[in-house]
Amino acid sequence: MSDRSRLRLAVLRILVLSLFLTLLGRLWFLQVMAGERYAKIAKSNRVRPVITAAPRGRILDSVGRQLVRNRTVSVVTIDRTALDRLPDDGDDVVERLGGVLGMSPAEIRARISPCVAKRDRKAKAAPDVPCWNGSPFQPVPIMTDVDDEVAFRIEEHAEDFPGVEASLQAVRHYPNKSLAAHLLGYISPVTEKELADDTDDVLQRTDLTGRAGLEQSYDADLRGRSGVKQYLVDSRGRVTGLAADTPAESGNDLVTTIDARAQRVLETALENAVLKARSMIDKRGNKLPFKAPSAAGVILDVHTGEVVGMASYPSYDPGLFIGGISQRDFAYLNSKEAGVPLISRATQGLFAPASTFKIVSTADAVRRGNSLYGTYNCPGSVKLGPRTFHNFDSARLGPISLRTSLVKSCDTVYYRFAIDEYVADLARIERKQKPAEGLQGMARAFGLGAKTGIDLPSESAGRVLDRAFKKKRWDAMRATYCKQAKAYQDPYLRALSQENCTDGYRYNGGDHVNLSIGQGETLVTPLQLARAYAALANGGKLIKPRLGKAVIDRTGKVVRLVPTEQTGTLPVSAEVLAYIRESLTGVTKPGGTASSAFAGFDFSRLDVAGKTGTAEVNNKQDTSWFASFAPAQAPKYAVVVMVEQAGTGGTIAAPAVREVYEGLYGLGGRSAAMACGLTPRELPVVRPDGSVQPPPPPCPQGGP
Amino acid sequence: MTDWSTPRVSPVQLRHRETWRERILERDSPLRRLDWILVAAATSLGVIGAVLVWSATRPRLEAADGDPQAYLKRHCLNLLIGLALGAVAALVDYRMLRAYAPIVYAASCLGLVAVLIPGVGSVINGSQSWIEVGGGFQIQPSEFAKVALVVGMAMILGEKRDGEDDPRDSDVLLVLALAAVPMLLIFLQPDFGTMMVFVFTILGVIAVSGAPARWVAGLVTLGVAAGWAILHFDMLKDYQVERFTSFANPTANLGTAGYNVNQARIAIGSGGFRGSGLFKGTQTTGQFVPEQQTDFVFTVAGEELGFVGAGLVLLLLAIVLWRGIQIAANAGDAFGTLVASGVVSWFAFQSFVNIGMTLGIMPVTGLPLPFVSYGGSSMFATMIAIGLLCNVHMRSREWD
Repeated sequence: MSDRSRLRLAVLRILVLSLFLTLLGRLWFLQVMAGERYAKIAKSNRVRPVITAAPRGRILDSVGRQLVRNRTVSVVTIDRTALDRLPDDGDDVVERLGGVLGMSPAEIRARISPCVAKRDRKAKAAPDVPCWNGSPFQPVPIMTDVDDEVAFRIEEHAEDFPGVEASLQAVRHYPNKSLAAHLLGYISPVTEKELADDTDDVLQRTDLTGRAGLEQSYDADLRGRSGVKQYLVDSRGRVTGLAADTPAESGNDLVTTIDARAQRVLETALENAVLKARSMIDKRGNKLPFKAPSAAGVILDVHTGEVVGMASYPSYDPGLFIGGISQRDFAYLNSKEAGVPLISRATQGLFAPASTFKIVSTADAVRRGNSLYGTYNCPGSVKLGPRTFHNFDSARLGPISLRTSLVKSCDTVYYRFAIDEYVADLARIERKQKPAEGLQGMARAFGLGAKTGIDLPSESAGRVLDRAFKKKRWDAMRATYCKQAKAYQDPYLRALSQENCTDGYRYNGGDHVNLSIGQGETLVTPLQLARAYAALANGGKLIKPRLGKAVIDRTGKVVRLVPTEQTGTLPVSAEVLAYIRESLTGVTKPGGTASSAFAGFDFSRLDVAGKTGTAEVNNKQDTSWFASFAPAQAPKYAVVVMVEQAGTGGTIAAPAVREVYEGLYGLGGRSAAMACGLTPRELPVVRPDGSVQPPPPPCPQGGP
Repeated sequence: MTDWSTPRVSPVQLRHRETWRERILERDSPLRRLDWILVAAATSLGVIGAVLVWSATRPRLEAADGDPQAYLKRHCLNLLIGLALGAVAALVDYRMLRAYAPIVYAASCLGLVAVLIPGVGSVINGSQSWIEVGGGFQIQPSEFAKVALVVGMAMILGEKRDGEDDPRDSDVLLVLALAAVPMLLIFLQPDFGTMMVFVFTILGVIAVSGAPARWVAGLVTLGVAAGWAILHFDMLKDYQVERFTSFANPTANLGTAGYNVNQARIAIGSGGFRGSGLFKGTQTTGQFVPEQQTDFVFTVAGEELGFVGAGLVLLLLAIVLWRGIQIAANAGDAFGTLVASGVVSWFAFQSFVNIGMTLGIMPVTGLPLPFVSYGGSSMFATMIAIGLLCNVHMRSREWD
């Protein structure tokens, strides 16, 4: 053999070796490095899941009334794979079905086209985007709650509708329409994020999950677990076997602390208050009728934190979300014109608490050494440096007790306290000590400026204005302020921006004076205020409000009880609390700021203590507040009502609170929402057949 | 008796023309000189192929209420016939091979012509490559043409070596002219994959023959240019272009070829290191990979036997090729070297293209995996080639 041949043979040897190493390397990559990914693809190739939805648990009120239940409706579905097998891709069938259902073929097409994996945030925020989120093997629902006649027609002429089926399906039903809508929430198709976060593979693509309210916060209890039949199919889609069959597990029922009748009383009172405000002229402000765009109210059990009722006006019908909400409806529920009904003002709305804050200021003043039984001057105004702070309507009351200053809501008494405290803090700062910020500390002790931890999603924290906050904001905004100071033409805006630019971090005396009467930049939710008044009423315990009472499974077994949780204790002595409580009983009596609202109220059957608040908001009409508790001597409930842009607390919010108490206890010729005005001590009993037996009344029938 | 051989051949073998009896039973009989590693590797591949073919066809046959072992039985039969043909090729007189070469060449050209006659040849997957011989059996002449080509080229390039080390230009031209006939016939079928195997085999034989480098370089350039021209001037049918382009971007076209490539890759990838177990691969039992018992048989190994099993198939193929190259290097004469080199080039390229296409790194062409794929003609041709390797090995310098 020639040397050349030998060399060429060696080259062939190397070539063969490298070809095989290439194959081996590629094989290693596919099987060992990317093997898991391909195994997943192979599984999805081979296994076709068919999902059976689990019946979602009901939401009951504290005596077992159904707030949310399921209803069986006719649903028209399309099997996409069957449609794709038709010669015209099913265009004919879609057209015909559109005619029967009154939908455009384009809409039907959109509903059966699969959702793209990555949906932009907007599409996620609008859960009505009509695309199909489930497996292509699963029939896609086209229309829910179809007329029986239409369903029958589709079934009768099955040959005209290949791939189309009319079947029965359980959907959410809200027997009380919009009642407690913000508390109940709604459900909508599972999101990509939820699927990604679901590490235990509990969720199926066809599942509906709670999107707001209790439906969201107790979703895991209510949802149950969808049943999955894993069919084995071959390359032509023929079923060759059943790989796994997990039966559906029903969701559990949730017993809430809500009393449907009390809730109704509260919602009616809010609506009445709004309508009343809108019929009145804003005499102190812009001389126009009150806008009263929104209102919120809370009925809280002061000892257990149980929310007996909580409402936000305007409300909406969660039934709109059944079977996918339309784009128009969703836009409406988020629109300003409609008052953004989707927002729950009781837990998400932030408002200056105004004079309802004075229980905090009083407690702080006494803690700082001001005598509980002292006499304090209530002038028409107080000067602080160059600024003058006026009393409400510049009223002069002369020397008064703390009780009178609460009953008549004198501002200037609290201005004085605030100035003293502010000066003391200035002295501390001068001595390089940390300012005490006692009033802010007291406000936080009452639970203001922080989430209450209620079992509802998306709660707002609010804010207690202090030096740290102003500094933080100034750090973030300083450049903008300084730029504006140069850019503005208007001299006032220019000066304001200049001050913000150079001194925006300063917490000045005016801030503290405003804080002392709950004005300015301090913001609370109505629920926070209700918890603060509950703490005052129950002797100083800060209790976490809750809507959940118990989770009960389909056999009637109590799966778990939602406990009462105390999250703090007021740093206020029992004596001071008792004094403030007693003082607040005067507010509803002649001479008090809510006396006209409670004129003719049957105090012999129920003594109500409370505090009015009238918050001044820039460029808006006043916010009307009334925060209360009753019975005054042995408090059971705290009731707070807030009506936005509706005038003084005494004229709008206080009458609404009165209406709530009359409804709760059956006063003023009304029937009582709850037996003897009390919440039940025991749970309703869920029987295996699904019926619910109410708990025994907490008192002998006929009254307390 | 004419002395056909080169002077290097051992005088012992030249004493007399051996009888069949002597060849099998004598002390240094060819049976004792058999390359057992090569035979064992090739037979193992055939047996593994039988199991893979069984797994690939079982569910479909069951679904059609047929005999689930029908393909298994046929593959085993093919393997046995192949081994018998291989034995004949191994034991036939080495010197006679060159005498038979022109006959084998002419016969395969005739077969290739017959295929193209309407009514005689049948079209499968777009190529008119088969002759129906009744009883459900078909012959694919292009498989046998590979054997004829290898022997024919070795004869021409290896024969006139006395006094000269390397083939002359005229020899090379003659080889190219002879190769052009079957290649043209195969082009008319058309069977692009077999053509590529031809090109690579010709290249291998000419290179090892010691032909001047300009021929090797020229042929490489020509091959690349031809491939480009065929793609560029739409000389391929659409389905062939699709097969060719789908490997570059398998998900772009999930019609047919892209689907094949994609499903093949999923099958192999999902096997992982240990595989899903025989008969347990979901891609295989669900028949997601088309042509799985023939061109895509490697995917069964990948899915059901995993990296371990598919790697074993690669290893056995590598052993066959390694032995082939050893035989080429140690062959007693230039003819033997070239036959062995031709067989190695053919097997290496065909195996690489076939496995490469299932792994998504080579275009889809209708080439079977030697020994493993279902198909009689391929099995017979490859086993004859193994027989030829053994024949060369028996006359190897190793025994001198």
